[in-house]
Amino acid sequence: MSPDPAGADDLEAARRGVVRDSLGVGVATGLYGVSFGAVSVASGLDVWQTCVLSLVMFTGASQFAFVGVLAGGGSPVSAAATALLLGTRNTLYGLRMAPLLAWRGRRRAGAAHLLIDESTAMGVTRATTPLARTGFLVTGVTIFVLWNLTTLAGAVAGEALGDPRTYGLDAAVGGAFLALLWPRLREPRHRVVAVLAVAVALGLVPLTPAGVPVLAAGGVALLVGLLGRPPGRRA
Amino acid sequence: MTWLAIAVACAGCYLLKLAGLSVPERVLDRPVVRRVADLIPVALLAALVAVQVAADDQRLALDARAAGLGAAVVLLVLRAPFLLVVVGAALTAALLRLL
Repeated sequence: MSPDPAGADDLEAARRGVVRDSLGVGVATGLYGVSFGAVSVASGLDVWQTCVLSLVMFTGASQFAFVGVLAGGGSPVSAAATALLLGTRNTLYGLRMAPLLAWRGRRRAGAAHLLIDESTAMGVTRATTPLARTGFLVTGVTIFVLWNLTTLAGAVAGEALGDPRTYGLDAAVGGAFLALLWPRLREPRHRVVAVLAVAVALGLVPLTPAGVPVLAAGGVALLVGLLGRPPGRRA
Repeated sequence: MTWLAIAVACAGCYLLKLAGLSVPERVLDRPVVRRVADLIPVALLAALVAVQVAADDQRLALDARAAGLGAAVVLLVLRAPFLLVVVGAALTAALLRLL
């Protein structure tokens, strides 16, 4: 940290630091749109549908969930429901970011589209509104541009490949979900919820139509969240 | 039907984002809401991993996908980047099917 944060040079240095970090995160994240594109056409969507998901839905976990549920034989309704449930975490990000970004009207409506895990992470730690906006925008825009280009590339390549099972693309989806889940497993409570959710989902697979087991596992989050003690409070 | 589901899910995901930026913080910022919202991605992603790897329509199956997931775990423990984890899982399953 700089000893004199009010100096113009220091502000400029801080801004450049935020831009550099945000670009790094943005490029790394934006590139894996290629895996979404390939996985999406492998699950039966066409290139257009795949690109619309990246352009308009633009929230990775929900997109992967949407195509993952369809790939597993789930109905479009359960695919949409799973994507929406996963999208609720962006609402929480918005609550955290709103006072920091301090945008209203059309700018807020535009910013909402870029509100995802990474843009929140790169904006939420900043001390001032200009730095928060810089981190949020640079990360969000970089990912949006790259994510959509690489989605298209992945989808076109995926169509040309033929049977996705030959290339293990069905296994790639499980790997993608695990990679999204991994950083959240550091917390013991999260590990418990993950194990319970797996048990509920696998237990329901033989009993319910595809798509339902995943939604039912969401009930584990509801139960544990409602019944569980807040972390840190003693019994 | 697929297009309709895409449209609904896209519109809903956008409105969820906009709601977060627009709703006064005190409306949703309760400990219970925060806890449940924090746990929902964990439960759904864990269930998606399980179903993606072990379900074959309505049956449970142990096949090359499980080996792919094993490779993903190893790569994640080694702190590999996202893309490498996904490619590693796919390659492992593909190679196993070639045998």
